[in-house]
Order: sequence, then structure tokens, then C-alpha cells
Amino acid sequence: MTCLPGQTEKKLGLVIDLDTCVGCHACVTACKGWNDQGYGAPLSDQEAHGADPSGTFLNRVHSYQVSPPEAVPFTVHFPRSCLHCDDAPCVTVCPTGASYKRIEDGIVLVNEDACIGCGLCAWACPYGAREMDKAAGVMKKCTLCVDRIYNETLPEVDREPACVRTCPTGARHFGDLSDPDSAVSRLVADRGGVALMPEMGTKPVNRYLPPRAKDRGAQVSPLAPLLDVQATGFAGWLDRVLGKI
Amino acid sequence: MHPAPSIILFTVLSGLGFGLLACLALGLPGLSGWMAFFGWGIGYVLATGGLAASAFHLGNPQRALLAFTQWRSSWLSREAWASVLALLVMAPCALADWLGFDWPVALRLLAAVLALLTVLATSMIYASIRAVPRWNHWTTPALFLGFALAGGALLGLQGGLAAVLLLGLGAVQIAAFGLGDRQFAARGASMESATGLTGRGAVSVFEQPHTGGNYLTREMIHVVGRRHAQKLRVIAVVCASLLPAGLVLTGGGAGLVLAIPLHMTGALAARWLFFAEAEHVVGLYYGRRG
Ligand code: SF4
Ligand code: SF4
Ligand code: SF4
Repeated sequence: MTCLPGQTEKKLGLVIDLDTCVGCHACVTACKGWNDQGYGAPLSDQEAHGADPSGTFLNRVHSYQVSPPEAVPFTVHFPRSCLHCDDAPCVTVCPTGASYKRIEDGIVLVNEDACIGCGLCAWACPYGAREMDKAAGVMKKCTLCVDRIYNETLPEVDREPACVRTCPTGARHFGDLSDPDSAVSRLVADRGGVALMPEMGTKPVNRYLPPRAKDRGAQVSPLAPLLDVQATGFAGWLDRVLGKI
Repeated sequence: MHPAPSIILFTVLSGLGFGLLACLALGLPGLSGWMAFFGWGIGYVLATGGLAASAFHLGNPQRALLAFTQWRSSWLSREAWASVLALLVMAPCALADWLGFDWPVALRLLAAVLALLTVLATSMIYASIRAVPRWNHWTTPALFLGFALAGGALLGLQGGLAAVLLLGLGAVQIAAFGLGDRQFAARGASMESATGLTGRGAVSVFEQPHTGGNYLTREMIHVVGRRHAQKLRVIAVVCASLLPAGLVLTGGGAGLVLAIPLHMTGALAARWLFFAEAEHVVGLYYGRRG
């Protein structure tokens, strides 16, 4: 059913710390690894070792340069995946009922057995969170590792999304964002977590923690004094002569 | 958005077909005998051929019947219903003209309304997508209906009516180009809002997330050269609207016939631009609008 549930019992989602993420792409690889063998059609690659490789991924890590008006530019690494929106336009446009949002936890999923591969849901998503699998002809998207988080055959530490479990810097957090006392909600409150493109009216569940303010100015390289060494004696004379030629 | 030939052809042909069917249902022109057979035949071939062409871009067309289930929320599903209903309610009108029996005017009217509702539903598939600001505007349904009505009247050889509708279409098309150019900025999405970094400085791409293309870059990020687009805009307005209107008004029967291929050429150019110029906000993540 592609009408949205008015309200969900939980809002499971991710909180991603842009201050901590180092852009290592480990979450991309872990995501592809897990989702290649479990839920639905595998994430296919085309020409993986050829001249023009391409493939289906549910998580992509961008790197941006941010240039503040009066300070040194800095880099921000930015993982991008489904935000499990409350007002998910990808769900309502689906003609077949394949796209749906779960009432119990708010996860947005695709029932691949009903998907005709029309691509409309990917058009409707502002965040580029859906990719059509070229081999299977069905729409793929982040499942929030629905086959891990409730999976009692896994050890308890592993019952979180593969990207969260694997992130070496602890930049990714998973939890219930409808509960104001959950660890993720408190993190969002403490760090001023933001929703992406609020002007699209999608009401995303996932939040991004912006980079912290720098506590000192642009760091000066320890080698910097060497850049301005004044030669003396014979070397100085040579330097002056050569400078005049 | 990627201007896929299958979707361009589908929307242009089915729009023309449903426009012609609406005209025929209203008795514009009132055909009989074998003329009716061929007139209605052309309408049905255009409309259904267009629908079939749309199936080419489905990943799993064998499940297409499921597309009828979600009419409560999905314009694509509503389009499926409207098109099938229109074609069904049209059938006895066509038979009545061909075989020469009477058919109630109310049912002819209903058939015409359903045909135009089909075109409206097609246009709303695009107009309802907020992530493509240029489409998310009243000019989108106005354009699709304009093309169906003007093209239908032209194919129905309705000289005067066709000329008026063609000129109206030209006006809507020019408005759509002009207003559309402002839509993206008006929506307010930027690389800063897309990354949640608003207020921290200008954001630019440092490194792309992947070195090759992917579904998103192929399907949703298409950048057209500005000069190229300007030329095509002129071609679209001149060929789809101005020239055919002039030919219909001054050229007599030969003018009417010549106007049809011209109008279709203009319609294809306009539809190509409709897709190629539509920028999806996901392009912001890649530092490329388009
Ligand atoms: S991020 Fe995109 S795919 Fe995910 S729920 Fe929101 S609109 Fe749908
Ligand atoms: S691609 Fe599949 S999930 Fe997406 S809108 Fe079409 S049928 Fe629904
Ligand atoms: S694994 Fe963690 S640090 Fe590495 S790119 Fe993903 S979120 Fe960033």
C-alpha cells in the first residue's frame, strides 16, 4: 500500500557525524557486502573490471570543500543514503504498492516481487537514495539492514546496520529518533543535528551532525619556519648574486 | 533529466492519440463508414502505441498489471486506469460512427472527458515531483493538455479550431520556458541545503563518490548546452505552434496536411526539452545541476 501511515510507532534511522567521518568508504563497502547476499536481488555490477565500471550501491560517500568567507577552507566527507523520510514521496508515487513505509519502525522498503522497475520512485526522491539494479530491473535502496537489526541469530553487537557496525571512526549512529531520550536523539540535540533539504517537504528521519567549530585558527605547519630561512655568508652572497641574474 | 527516446515518443504519441480520440468522440469531425474506421483507427494506434512504447522502459514489464492497484496515491496508477477506461468507453463511439448507429451524446462526452483525464494524469506524474522544480508547476499539465488538444484538433482537420488551439499552445509553451527558468532558484535547494552545511561557507565538490557513472548520473543528471537549448526552443515554438497555425489559416487543405508533420516535429523538440532541461535536485550532490 503506497499511502503513507499517518504515524509510525518508532522512527528508526541514522545519525551521521560530519565532523568525524574521514571519507574512508568502509561503510559503502560493508553495505554492498551485506546487501549483496541477503535482502532481495543482489547489488549487481556492470563491467566491474572493464573500461567503464558501474554498479548498484545503497550508500555513497561524497567529499566537499567548504570555503568560509574569512577562514581557511576545510573538507567535509558526506555519506549519502536513504533518510527514511516521514513524508516519503518515493512511496506515494509508486503505482504498484512495491514501495512502502513500515508502521512499526518507519523503515522505507521495496517489495521487489511487486516492483515493475518504472523508476518513478527514484525520480521522486530528492536525495538520490534509490538506484535501479540493471541486472534485476528492480529498485534498490537502503533497508536500514532490516535483516540484521532484528536478527536473533546474530550476536547482539552485530544487530545494527552494517555501515554503523563497520565505521572505524564511530561517525555513524543508529537508533530510534522518535524517542527523545534515545542516545541518537540526545546526540542530535547536543550537536544541533540537521535534516537535509527541508525545503523538499520530505521530513527526513536521519540527521547529520555538522562539523564542530574549530577551537584554534588555521594550524601552522611545523616546517613553516624553514620556508623563510635567510642564508648568510657565502651561501647568502651566492643567493643574492643568483637573485640578480 | 535524461531525455529517453522511449518516454519522449510515448508521451508525444499518446497525447496526440488521446487528443484525436477526444475530438472524434465529440464529432469533430463527424465521420462515417470507412472514413470513420480509419480516423478512429489512427487515434487508437497513436494512443495504444504510445502506451506500449512506455512499457519498453520498465525493468519488469511482466508485472505491469500491478500498476492498477495504487490509484489512491499514485498518478501513474491513475493514468493506467484513465487510459483503459477512456479506450473502453471510446470503443462504442467508434463502432457507432463506423457502422452507422446512434450512440448517446452523454457517453460521447464521457469518452472525451476520460481521454483528457488520461492526458492530465500523464502530466501530473511529472508535475507532482517536487525534486524536479521545473516540472512541479501548473505549466506542466497546461502544456500536456495544450499539446493533446491542439494536436488532436489538427489531426481531426478542424481548421479554425486547430489554429486557435495551436496559438494558445504556443503561448503556454513560451510561458513554460520563461517561468520554468526561475523554478529551481525559487525552490531554494542548494549544495549547502543538500549537505546540511548552510551557513558554513560555500560548498564545492572536492571529490566525487565514484569515478564512473551510476543510475543517478545516467537517469537524472543531464546537462544541456545553453545555446543548443535556445535554438531548440525556437524550433519548438515555431514548428509546433506558429507555422502550423499560419498554414492552417492560409494554406487551405494542403496547408492542413503540411501542418501535421511540422507540428509533430515541434512537439518532439518541445518534449525533448521538457526532459533535458528539467534539473533534478540530486544533481546538487554531484555539483552538477541538470
Ligand atoms: S530518502 Fe529518498 S528514498 Fe529514502 S524515504 Fe526519503 S524520499 Fe524515499
Ligand atoms: S521502480 Fe518499483 S518501487 Fe519504484 S515506483 Fe516503480 S514499481 Fe514502485
Ligand atoms: S565508514 Fe565512517 S568514516 Fe568511513 S566513510 Fe563511512 S561514515 Fe565516514
